[in-house]
Amino acid sequence: MEVGLVLIEKQWPKIRCAGDSCVVIEYGDAISLDVNGRVQALRRTLESKKVSGLRELVPTYCSLAVYFDPLAIDFLRFFPLINRLASEAESDFIGEKGRGVIIPVCYSFEFGPDLQNVIHHSGLSEEEVIKRHSSVDYYCYMLGFTPGFSYLGGMDESISTPRLVEPREKIPAGSVGIAGRQTGIYPIDSPGGWQLIGRTPLRMFDATREPPTLTDGGLWIRFRPISPNEYALIEEQVSHGEYTLEMFDKGEVPA
Amino acid sequence: MKIKVAQPGMLTTVQDMGRWGFQGKGMPVAGAMDLFALKSGNVMVGNEEGAACLEVTVLGPTLTVIEGEGAVVATGADLGFSINGISYPCNNVLKVGEGDTLSFSGMKGNGCRAYLVFSGGVDVPVVMGSRSTYLRAQIGGVDGRALVKGDIFITGEPHILWRRFVDFQCPVAVLPERRTGRPLRVVLGPQDDAFSPKGIETFFSEPYKITESADRMGYRLKGAVIEHSGGADIISDAIPLGAVQVPGDGQPIVMLADRQTTGGYTKIAVLCSPDIAEIAQYLPGQEIRFQQVSFEEAVSLAKQESDQIIKLRQSVAAWITRIVPPMSECETEILMTSGTWELSVDGETHTVSWESLDY
Repeated sequence: MEVGLVLIEKQWPKIRCAGDSCVVIEYGDAISLDVNGRVQALRRTLESKKVSGLRELVPTYCSLAVYFDPLAIDFLRFFPLINRLASEAESDFIGEKGRGVIIPVCYSFEFGPDLQNVIHHSGLSEEEVIKRHSSVDYYCYMLGFTPGFSYLGGMDESISTPRLVEPREKIPAGSVGIAGRQTGIYPIDSPGGWQLIGRTPLRMFDATREPPTLTDGGLWIRFRPISPNEYALIEEQVSHGEYTLEMFDKGEVPA
Repeated sequence: MKIKVAQPGMLTTVQDMGRWGFQGKGMPVAGAMDLFALKSGNVMVGNEEGAACLEVTVLGPTLTVIEGEGAVVATGADLGFSINGISYPCNNVLKVGEGDTLSFSGMKGNGCRAYLVFSGGVDVPVVMGSRSTYLRAQIGGVDGRALVKGDIFITGEPHILWRRFVDFQCPVAVLPERRTGRPLRVVLGPQDDAFSPKGIETFFSEPYKITESADRMGYRLKGAVIEHSGGADIISDAIPLGAVQVPGDGQPIVMLADRQTTGGYTKIAVLCSPDIAEIAQYLPGQEIRFQQVSFEEAVSLAKQESDQIIKLRQSVAAWITRIVPPMSECETEILMTSGTWELSVDGETHTVSWESLDY
């Protein structure tokens, strides 16, 4: 249901009602940096304002869900405010540059039991598969599905591989996999059907850490190949809380 | 109090209002399925509205108090709560102490989830702002899991006047009227435009049966196919509590406390807050119907529910300031003033109003 309090003549953003305590502001209907950049911009705008009664914001590919307490806010004033900020955030949008995090990954047959499948499916060498997976910067559109799971965009299509026919019952946390044209990291032990090609020694999700996730919507991710020795070393540092996450500045948006 | 789990029951977990603030990180909210039962129980024993309690499902646990004493109340569905083998009604605050055994005899027909609320709340570590158990990620509660035999947990610091809450019986008028057969109220959206007019008509006119696939994450329903106007899938977006998803097979799924934060199925409507607590008490096999309300009506229903809690607070305040013969533990004298009460216990004066119980 579209909230009809303010007449929106443009097609986007669309403000949709989601029950008595959530509105969804949608900026488009395609997975693109442009659309997600606007979502992230509105999220930053709303985070910077202390809107009383606002409970939490959930940015996704194309929209921002705004959860609020219907008893603490006057929605006749709240919806127009959201509408105004949604339009302002749009005009502020200048392209997503931002920061990135480097995730060390040990690509190996031990940590990536399906690496052979990807090699076979792509017809590329092991070195080439690893190179193509680790030489692009991935854009994290959103987190969802399980705690800390990042939806990444930008994988080289030459290494895309269909999901396993039979999903595994338990995949260890940190496993890096490919599913069709997607790639990602399993943040917690879970079942799954992705083709596993390696593993990171980092804890992608840790409930006792602040923040609990290493990635976030709007951040870039770069995988850095590491040896089994370096894996063991970093794992040791992580377990003692001595590992410092490597960050990088993303200069410009890839075409 | 220190409490030992003699038998865990079918599924007994620690729950509070849920883990808010991390859905953007992919962390589900969890929390009590019947939030009204949680809030009302906490008010009845003098806790903060969102203090942690035990959510008891279908077959209740057997618990033994091994140290200390305090107040306890069972709210939500009647699962046959008893203390030392003597059964007590729901919404009746009782005193328990060392050596007492708390147990449940079985469902009495008005729902499947009871809430055992202790004065001081269940004191387990706070993880990401909440004590709620989220089973899939093994977070919160007692080691991130349901209670097992032999677990020992403690309750927090109770309200200083907790003894005066004992024997309170919640007036029926304050409890939500829950009648099976009444349609559940929903607000259309956010993707109602993905359905044909016929699909929306089907959704509001046909009955839907709750299938065996019904847990804390959500209830899968079975009934007439709800027709989409185009594609059944969307680019993944946020899933609010009570959202009714309709995948390509046209069979609705009501998303509840442990729902994943995001998903790619179209959502035809979202349940109103009071009716989310209501459906949480339903069991597989039961039939439900949906009824449309406007956003404004939905907000007014939420307001009515919060007014019920205010009435309950008034009722509790009147109870704890009642004039009774001095309790064995203390000398009590009550001075009535306008709007608030001054309560003198053991020579100390406490100001009591329905908004807050200051001490």
